Amino acid sequence: MAGCENCGACAPTPKSLVKNVDRVVALAGNSNVGKSAIFNQLTGVDQIIGNWPGKTVERAEGLLQHKGLRIKIIDLPGIYSFSTYSLEEVVSRDYIALEKPDAVVNVIDASALERNLFFTLQLIELDVPMVIALNQVDLMEKKGLSVDADRLSKIMGVPVVTTVAIKGKGIKELTEKIIEVSRDKTLPHRVKYGKEVEECIEKLVAAMGDVNIGYPSRWTAIKLLEKDPEITKLVLDQGVTALAASLAEELEKIHGEPSSIVITGERYHVADMIANEVVKDATSGIKKKTMTDKLDSIALHPILGYVIAILVVGGLLVWTFIIGAQISSLLQNFFTAIEQYEPVVSGPIESIIWNGAFTGFVAGITLIVPYVLPFYLILAFIEDSGYLTRISVMLDRGMHKLGLHGKAVIPLILGYGCNVPAVYSCRIMETPKQKTLLAFLVTLVPCTARTVVILGLVAAFVNIWWALALYAFDILLIIIVGRISFKAIPGESVGLIMEMADYHLPSLKVITKQTWARTKSLIWVVFPTYIIGSAALQALYAMGVLTPINAALWPITVWWLGLPAIAGILLIFGIVRKEMTLLTLAVIFHTTNFASIMTPVQLIVLALVSMIYVPCVATILAISSEFGWKKALAMTAAEIGMAILIGGLAFRLLSLFM
Amino acid sequence: MASEQVEEYLETIYDIGGKSGTARTTAIAKCLNVSPASVTEALQNMAQNGLVSYEPYKGATLTKQGLEIATRIKRRHRLLEVFLTDKLHINKEKVHEEACKMEHTISDETENALCKMLNAPARCPHGSPITPCNKCVSTCDECDVTAGGQVHAAGEIVPITDLSPCEKGVIAFLRGDKKVVQRLSDLGLTLHTEVEMLRKAPMNGPIEVCVRRTKLAIAREIADNIFVDIAI
Repeated sequence: MAGCENCGACAPTPKSLVKNVDRVVALAGNSNVGKSAIFNQLTGVDQIIGNWPGKTVERAEGLLQHKGLRIKIIDLPGIYSFSTYSLEEVVSRDYIALEKPDAVVNVIDASALERNLFFTLQLIELDVPMVIALNQVDLMEKKGLSVDADRLSKIMGVPVVTTVAIKGKGIKELTEKIIEVSRDKTLPHRVKYGKEVEECIEKLVAAMGDVNIGYPSRWTAIKLLEKDPEITKLVLDQGVTALAASLAEELEKIHGEPSSIVITGERYHVADMIANEVVKDATSGIKKKTMTDKLDSIALHPILGYVIAILVVGGLLVWTFIIGAQISSLLQNFFTAIEQYEPVVSGPIESIIWNGAFTGFVAGITLIVPYVLPFYLILAFIEDSGYLTRISVMLDRGMHKLGLHGKAVIPLILGYGCNVPAVYSCRIMETPKQKTLLAFLVTLVPCTARTVVILGLVAAFVNIWWALALYAFDILLIIIVGRISFKAIPGESVGLIMEMADYHLPSLKVITKQTWARTKSLIWVVFPTYIIGSAALQALYAMGVLTPINAALWPITVWWLGLPAIAGILLIFGIVRKEMTLLTLAVIFHTTNFASIMTPVQLIVLALVSMIYVPCVATILAISSEFGWKKALAMTAAEIGMAILIGGLAFRLLSLFM
Repeated sequence: MASEQVEEYLETIYDIGGKSGTARTTAIAKCLNVSPASVTEALQNMAQNGLVSYEPYKGATLTKQGLEIATRIKRRHRLLEVFLTDKLHINKEKVHEEACKMEHTISDETENALCKMLNAPARCPHGSPITPCNKCVSTCDECDVTAGGQVHAAGEIVPITDLSPCEKGVIAFLRGDKKVVQRLSDLGLTLHTEVEMLRKAPMNGPIEVCVRRTKLAIAREIADNIFVDIAI
């Protein structure tokens, strides 16, 4: 990575909202084990939870109040190890080792104990007071497994609490243990590895003496043996690094594998032994076909799998359009009855600003909420069921052609709702190249706001088929742009390695909470931009500041794109929020029958350009906070160029036969 | 010296001297119907290659390496004799000569297949014992683990993508990008761990495997670098 400004690791970390706390406790564990569910239970905050690995993209903070104590709870992203495979791993280990929370709650998926304990062993090496939450014990019991929590507690030397987080079971006990451990600073037992490895660690710890880089010395020694590049860089003592290198080489010679793999093997060996001791398997080795197996034989079927994937994604969009359009028109009628809300661009300045602000507010309510809510409702259902990972597997091959892999499908689908959270979710990709590339493609996905424009201009006044054609063209465009950018953006790409969670029946409570949480966070982003932006732009327009823009943009809008001169301003308004193009158009021409002011070709071209050119301000800000302003600017410029180029070509082509 | 000739010499020494005994130059010459001078030359040559230890005037003894080759050839020879007699119904008197020529050219795979088809015969038509194979199996049943129509002999190391659904393997080694290998190990695909193939996505899509009670989807080109021992 090039430097601090390009890294993005710490960019969107929100300023700590939780202040004046007595203690700080972090939740850590594998992906998809229920950390966020426990977080929500402990703090009452609604973190998005869902049945796919990688939801928690930034660490969330919440407050747990108990008997007068104020405890800050931090939900760390799910990781499998403290290596340097992904940024999340580095960020999490640095947080735990260097910021030293008062305790860590290690959330463990009871049905995959070995792999979860593998991570626990690494947490232990970081020397933090710890509580283990053995979560999803209900699912484990369904599988015919049971875990002896007391035995586990004795072996590890820390309290173990069994929980079913989504049902709130065990949370009270967990809270008490958290308070106990963070007060007493109970450290877990130290884990011993095999003789060869243990000898190497001891030699290295002895050689390190008082070399201190902020991490625990045993952990540092192990990381040096693993040849961890970050840690090796931090240890400046040449003697120590040289010794580490020679010991690592010795290990590699004995085992014929890289030292980090040898140590991973050791850890798993210990994890297996512990699991053997505490897990009781009542299944007697006979494997019944589980519900997940049965569903997967359809969802991952070579033909049916694709049919279902298309039905699910297509159904999600069609449902959004149909339901959204209904609610939207209902709300619009309601607000028209209260007050005139279409943009006003003449008259006293105060009333223009007020009208602008009000228009922004109403537009948000009538255009975004009706489309976003039903979309997120069904999305939450799909997410919670565990189906998203199956789509990822089915479409992995196709995504390869774009230099991405199956997981990229998830942000792209999220993008149909709103590009902003979709851009943040690009963190589920592994390499910087893949993250950037995916974010770029996500901004080309028509979000609900753009859907409104396409529906309002094309489906309403040309016909529905042209609207669908625009959608189809957009997918084609994403593929072509993906192919080109894949070659153009430097960096490495890695293939898909993803855990496949079991399906489960989504709970209504989780779905409604999640839908609301998403809509709410969107409202926080959208409404301020919307209200302020709309007021400001209207005022500027009324003052005549924007009029020269029409003239300046004339060569592009009129000559090249074949649009009315007013399109210059429409598109500028559209930067704030895409659907503002629609509203502005209505006001300036004093009609909502767009067919009377524009030809079908113009309507299609305007919708096409609106669909492709710059994502809205909020998305640009999201990209800039994730990838830096340079990349945000580059993507914006690329999309403006593309929109103009394609729009002009479309105008000329369509004029031939329409 | 051609390998066929070497194998023939090793076989003869094995026949005359047994596993550890010495075969005299003259005896070998008589058996193979060649001059003692050329035998001496051949033995010197083979001694240089570490197949026999040769002392002038006394004769040759098989080294460990030589013995290994000799037993393998002998096993093939006798398996072929059973095949020729029992399956092709060729006269018992003729099969020795026929087998003598064929034994040098068949592959390990053919040897395994022969052994299986003939139900692992214990003796050749002339009554000599057939040495068991040197694979890591304790019974022949273990050798018969086959699934999905594809035959994998136990102890064979193959890319995990060669497994058929429901077939199991034990991780032998991982290759490829360092970070990717680390990630796979972190997820539980460590050496000597048992994995089960669950399914393969169409069109060279990812494979799904079960390891340590968890399911993982892995891109085909990554999985091609995961090598497993066929489980027994």
